[in-house]
Amino acid sequence: MCTVCGCGEGQAYEEGLDHHHEHFPPNDEHVQSGLLHYGHGPAHAHAPGLSQARMVKIEQDILSKNDSYANANRARFNRDGVLSINLVSSPGSGKTSLLTMTLERLADELPLAVIEGDQQTSNDAERIRATGVAAIQVNTGKGCHLDAHMVGHAMDKLPLAKQGVLFIENVGNLVCPAAFDLGEAHKVVILSVTEGEDKPLKYPDMFAAADLMLLNKIDLLPYLDFDLPRCIEYARRVNPAIEVLEVSASSGEGIDQWLDWLRRHRQALM
Amino acid sequence: MHEVSICEGIILLLEEQAVVQHFQQVKTLWLEIGELAGVELEALRFSFEVVSRGTLAEGARLEIQQPQGRVWCQDCTQSVPVKTRYDACPECGGHQLQVCAGDELRIKELEVV
Repeated sequence: MCTVCGCGEGQAYEEGLDHHHEHFPPNDEHVQSGLLHYGHGPAHAHAPGLSQARMVKIEQDILSKNDSYANANRARFNRDGVLSINLVSSPGSGKTSLLTMTLERLADELPLAVIEGDQQTSNDAERIRATGVAAIQVNTGKGCHLDAHMVGHAMDKLPLAKQGVLFIENVGNLVCPAAFDLGEAHKVVILSVTEGEDKPLKYPDMFAAADLMLLNKIDLLPYLDFDLPRCIEYARRVNPAIEVLEVSASSGEGIDQWLDWLRRHRQALM
Repeated sequence: MHEVSICEGIILLLEEQAVVQHFQQVKTLWLEIGELAGVELEALRFSFEVVSRGTLAEGARLEIQQPQGRVWCQDCTQSVPVKTRYDACPECGGHQLQVCAGDELRIKELEVV
C-alpha cells in the first residue's frame, strides 16, 4: 500500500486529479538511475519544453508545518483546560509592564505561567520571575517571531497547572507574529497611545488576527494628540469583531476589566 | 521579514516531499500567495534565493500566482473585491467585512527531477 495516502499500488498518476503521485517499486532500475518515467520521454508535464522533469502537485499550505505544531499545542491546552494568550505588540508598548501587573493581580487566584519571546537577553523573563510566576525565556536569535515549535518545547520545560493561564509574550513586532499560529486561544494586541492611532491600518494583519486590543498608557492621553475614537474605528475597519479595552499599567486604570476578560475566557474553557 | 521563515517552511515541505515522491531537485515551484496574505513578493523572491542555497531547490524558478483579495460584506450580503484588509466595501462603503479569499499561502505544484 502507498504510504503517501494509503491507496493500493497500480492506480498511480491520474492526470488532472489532486491524487497525483507516482509509485516506484523499491528495486526499480529507473529509480536508481534517477529517471522517473520509465523511458517514455517527457513527463505528464503541462509546461512546454520539459524533458525528464515531471510535475508534482502538492497543494500544501506553506505554514502547514507550523500549523501542525500549533494544533498539537492547542490540543494540550484544551486537554488541561489552560487558557493561552498570545500577547503581540510593537516594541515599547508596555507589554511586559502590563503583564507583570496582570500576574501580580492574578497570582493568588489562578495558576499562571509565562513564555517570553525576545530576540536576545533574558531580561523580561527575569522581570516576570520577580513576580513569583514561572517563566521561560525563548530567544529567537535572528528570528522576528515565535513559532509553534518553539512554544511546544518551552511548554515541556514549564510547570503549568491545569486550568491555569499561560501568557506567551511574543517578540515585539506588529508584522510577523500575525502569520504564526502558536496554538493560543486568543491573540491580544497591545497598542499604546504614545504610538500613532493609525497603526491598525499600517499593520492590518495583526489587528485582523487579534480578538482583543488593549489600548495601553491611557493615563497619558491628556498629554497627547492621540485620537482614541479614530484608532478604535481603524481597528474595527480591519476587524469588525475586535474587542477594545483601555488600560494603563502604571495607573491601574482598566485593569479590572482586562482581568475580567481573562476570567471570562478561562471560564468558557471549562 | 518573516518571508525568510516562509521560505524555510517551503524548503522543509520540499525536503519532506522529496522523500515521499522520490525526487532530487526542484526546478520550478508554483506558489499561490494571496494579495491579503501579508507577504511581500519581492522580499519572498530575495529570501528564497538566499534560503534555498545548498538545498534541493537551489536555483529553482518561482512562479507566483497572486489571487485577488475578496471579502464578504455583511451589509450587502455579497462577496466584493478589495486590495487591502482596511479597504471599505466598494458597494456600500462599510467595513463589516470578512476575508473570504486572497489570504492563501500555498505550494501548488512542482517541476522536479
